[in-house]
Amino acid sequence: MAVTGAALERAAPRRRRRVSGATRLGVALFSPAVIYIAALLGLPLALAFLYSVGDVTVGSVGYGFVGLENFRSVLESPSFRRALANSFVFTIASQVVVIVCANALALALRDRFRGRGLVRFLVLLPWVAPISLGAIGWKWILDSIYSVVNWVLAQLHLVNLFDPPMWLGEPGLAMASVVAVHSWRMIPFSTVILLAGLTSIPKEIPEAAAVDGAGFWRTHFEITLPMMRPIINVAVLFGVVFTFTDMTVVYILTRGGPYDTTQVLPSLAFQTGVLGSDLAEGAAISMFLVPILVAVAALMLRVAHRAEVA
Amino acid sequence: MAGPRRSPLTRAGRWVIVLGFAALLAFPFYWMGITAFKQTGDLYNVEHNPFIFNAAPTLVHLKLLFEETLFLRWFWNTTLAGAAVVAITLVLAVPAAWALARLTGRWGQQLGIGIFLTYLVPPTLLFIPMSRVVAELGLQDTLWAIIVTYPTFTVPFSIWLLMGFFKAIPRDLEDAALVDGLTRFGAFVKLVIPISVSGILTVVIFSFTLVTQEFVYALTFISSAEHQTVGVGVPIYLVRGDVYYWGSLMAACLITSLPIAVVYNLFLDRFIAGFTVGAVK
Repeated sequence: MAVTGAALERAAPRRRRRVSGATRLGVALFSPAVIYIAALLGLPLALAFLYSVGDVTVGSVGYGFVGLENFRSVLESPSFRRALANSFVFTIASQVVVIVCANALALALRDRFRGRGLVRFLVLLPWVAPISLGAIGWKWILDSIYSVVNWVLAQLHLVNLFDPPMWLGEPGLAMASVVAVHSWRMIPFSTVILLAGLTSIPKEIPEAAAVDGAGFWRTHFEITLPMMRPIINVAVLFGVVFTFTDMTVVYILTRGGPYDTTQVLPSLAFQTGVLGSDLAEGAAISMFLVPILVAVAALMLRVAHRAEVA
Repeated sequence: MAGPRRSPLTRAGRWVIVLGFAALLAFPFYWMGITAFKQTGDLYNVEHNPFIFNAAPTLVHLKLLFEETLFLRWFWNTTLAGAAVVAITLVLAVPAAWALARLTGRWGQQLGIGIFLTYLVPPTLLFIPMSRVVAELGLQDTLWAIIVTYPTFTVPFSIWLLMGFFKAIPRDLEDAALVDGLTRFGAFVKLVIPISVSGILTVVIFSFTLVTQEFVYALTFISSAEHQTVGVGVPIYLVRGDVYYWGSLMAACLITSLPIAVVYNLFLDRFIAGFTVGAVK
């Protein structure tokens, strides 16, 4: 601030009034956004809680409080328990795949090389194209009869083309396919976040390690990776939210089938609440997303806070 | 060159990784392209090598897509809804971000973080009660349903993104404008907004692409095909029972994905910066 001490002193009383005027202007400017978000996010969120402890269906007019009845009933349902377990399998498996692949890819993309721009565009396609359309592309690639994957495997004599694996039709394979396609979608996003982290490491540090005789792997595991910890945390936290709460890939590829073996919480909530018209049970199922979201939000604040202190 | 000197082996390793991933990640889009132009007989012959044209390429799938499906209608719906969501997002987010970045000090920062966290609340948690809200507003099965609800996730992220942008503008510039006789708000409109054009453009692209990406709300709130967006219309309504018109379907996917991908790609670094603010300095 280029204000001299004397000027500051003289301006002090006026300044205070101006600050409060500025604050009032501030409140006036951010209120519309806050009110909009509160109304259209807060209200449904409150309704979601109400529905989950009520007896509402699509046709019903009144509202009766039923306590934890919906939760008891969903917890007793085998489909729900299956979906809950699947959600964890889906999230953990795809996040492990994503973080390993994204680390390798970010490291490979760090230095400049010919064609880096084109490679970057190709690599990012799954993230920047609409996921529902990417998933329908995969549905064709994994088609039960005309699967190009099976054709290649048959050429390599790994599968029999007349009795091929049904990628989306057999329980284990269907889950693996859903995890693979979701990972395909998330790898680019994590890669770019990790790339941002990699480029923010001062060059002198790995160089000094090289001078001291550390090889590539040693430098990577003992210097680069520890320095990347906060950014890897950010990538994983976003990845967990985007995966645990997503139903697009599952819905398009398998609709939760065969026999609920790929059903996850969001897709089961959709099936129960929207297709099955049982709003209360659907809402109760969605409620199981909340603990994960709260945990991620809390961890996110800690990561942000620690970065601020450092 | 950053880091320690690379041996030829790690160099080769890099190329294997880069090319391998590029092929794997971009493959579905190549597949959409080749499928869109293959003759039906060629497409459905398991004996044929699927990677090449065994018969001459054809435009018949494209013709079907444009003449006998609602594809263009969905495209138009998406554009309209996108424009409306962008407008609402700008009107709400730009002033709010500036206010939180500049006028409200430390608690503005905290409120900003709070607003950003609402971005984490997913549509899959809210679509059931939200469908009731949409019905109460009389908007079900209209484009308005998504125009009204999508800002709930475009606004929080845009505020967060713009807060970073506005903070990077030197405060002295604004103070100088005050000395020149502008009001605070005048300085914001006449000075801050013009120098923030690239940040605002980022928000425009981000909001627009989210309209094309979102799936759950559009699937839940819009029940008739002619009001649908392209992201739901293509995968849901181009499939009739068990019949998949794969040629037309893949053409639709490719035609929609590529332009969005190109534009989004140009602005991606900014979005990532928005995501990681606070974690990397």
